[in-house]
Amino acid sequence: MAENLIKPENLVYEKSKSMTERELHYCPGCGHGTAHRMLAEAIDDLDIQGETIGIAPVGCSVLAYYYFDVDMLEAAHGRAPAVATGIKRVLPEKYVFTYQGDGDLAAIGTAETIHACNRGENILIVFINNGIYGMTGGQMAPTTLENMKSTTSPRGRDIKTMGNPLKISELVAELPGTYYATRHSVHTPANARKTKRAFKKALEYQKENKGTCLVEVVSNCPSNWKMTPAESNKWMEENMFPFYPLGDIKTPK
Amino acid sequence: MKELRLMKGNEALEEAAIRAGVDAYFGYPITPQSEIIEYLMAEDTEKRTGMVVLQAESEVAAINMIYGAAGCGKKALTSSSGPGISLKQEGLSYIAGAELPCVVVNIVRGGPGLGTIQPSQSDYLQSVKGGGHGDYKLIVLAPATVQETVDYVKLAFELAFKYRNPVMILSDGIIGQMMEKVELFEQMPRSTKEYEWATTGKKPGKDHVIVTSLQLKPEEQEEVNLRLQAKYREVEKNEVMYEAYNIDDAEYLFVSFGSCARITQKAMEMAREKGYKVGQIRPQTLYPYPAEIINKLADQVKGVFTVEMNDGQMVEDVRLAVNGKVPVEHYGRFGGMIPSPDEILNAFEQKFIGG
Repeated sequence: MAENLIKPENLVYEKSKSMTERELHYCPGCGHGTAHRMLAEAIDDLDIQGETIGIAPVGCSVLAYYYFDVDMLEAAHGRAPAVATGIKRVLPEKYVFTYQGDGDLAAIGTAETIHACNRGENILIVFINNGIYGMTGGQMAPTTLENMKSTTSPRGRDIKTMGNPLKISELVAELPGTYYATRHSVHTPANARKTKRAFKKALEYQKENKGTCLVEVVSNCPSNWKMTPAESNKWMEENMFPFYPLGDIKTPK
Repeated sequence: MKELRLMKGNEALEEAAIRAGVDAYFGYPITPQSEIIEYLMAEDTEKRTGMVVLQAESEVAAINMIYGAAGCGKKALTSSSGPGISLKQEGLSYIAGAELPCVVVNIVRGGPGLGTIQPSQSDYLQSVKGGGHGDYKLIVLAPATVQETVDYVKLAFELAFKYRNPVMILSDGIIGQMMEKVELFEQMPRSTKEYEWATTGKKPGKDHVIVTSLQLKPEEQEEVNLRLQAKYREVEKNEVMYEAYNIDDAEYLFVSFGSCARITQKAMEMAREKGYKVGQIRPQTLYPYPAEIINKLADQVKGVFTVEMNDGQMVEDVRLAVNGKVPVEHYGRFGGMIPSPDEILNAFEQKFIGG
């Protein structure tokens, strides 16, 4: 009989402590799972699971509270930064993060996003940008690219009538309260690791009360982009990255 | 120690909030209640008791800050007036759905729309009947004096935490803006109590806490609704408050709440002087509504007359309580107009005695 290799000394990979056992509901190939995992790893590495409070948005990640094994609240659509403000102001010693999609953060919640950043709330805003409303079935998002098709821009986004895709991370980076704004992806192991490093940095800044940190993750939506996961990643690299370039947008001076 | 002061309603309310050990206030300026946040800022509450006060970017943000602070088990307070309360309804629905405690003050002004900055009672329906989406109730307290405003701040937080439900203090521009003698209670310490339902960080060996109002399975959402309904039945059983005047020999019953009840009371006294045996019920809780006493008195009186500074919003609840036993009539003024005792008496005579 073969030797049993499942021993602690042979372990090279395990579930993050800050993730629950619950099976993710996300579509195959979606970036949410990896983004969750990277944030959970960052929380584990900093050993702050018991001091972290997260806020789930309305959108595909509405059920994020089932997956992060930290205390979590479900916010109304777009209101996560206001909810985070309420929490952080009464529990300033805790780590507080919001996890929001593009519709939640950059359309219905734009005011809350901008004002939380402008006040320099000591929170981490995780912003998943896949240029589409996922949960409601593929409608145009504030970040939908020009000419990109969605169920509410079936002939492609016409910027003359539908407005321009919004680079909200660049916008909030202009605000004095924003301490750190950076854009990453999770579609390759190297990129995922960079994202995790950004999360860790942001949480470390939060400990020092430096101000608002926003980590954008440009991601895919195979289901609503109507592509295979591999195609969607390629399409993301070719179309999303040129308009939403990866890298730091604002770093501490 | 008893402390008597002459205070404006809005300021007395906030002094009571500080003394009740409130942890956080989030609000947005709107007339006629902007003194509330001004008073808190002037008092430098962070120094005085550690109470957090923040001027939010909007009514919507303010109520969601309340949701966050309430989710952590803190005593959270916000205030506004009609148009701002309309904006807060989304947040109130979420707070009720997630079963969190908080207190919301509504210093009502006349509507609809931007309306007027003068006092009104036209937010009865949006306060008492839920207001936002879904089947939920706010516990609604209606003070008629500055003293009651102060006392209700303390009571509102007790009820909010007892039932884990938002409580509204439904006041109006008269009570908010007028000065009266008020007896203040002593400073209470801010609570350090931790609640098992609150998100304060996952405890070792315990499950993480989730605060949500979402249940995707209809069976589970119905269960939430049934639990809420059971809670509301408890509230209805335990928390009804009203004042009754001259009801023992009453042949007619006036029903009026808040500031308007004080004017109606004067009209009742004038009616008595003219020989009409009039009694009055002043509901102090608008939800739960004192339906039982009104129903009982409907067996005794010839008619019930409601007086409100609106188009007869509460009269719907009075009619439900009377249940067709006797005629129910309403008299109201709108848009910031305040009825006088004379015109109330005239209206009563016209409707019930005959010109």
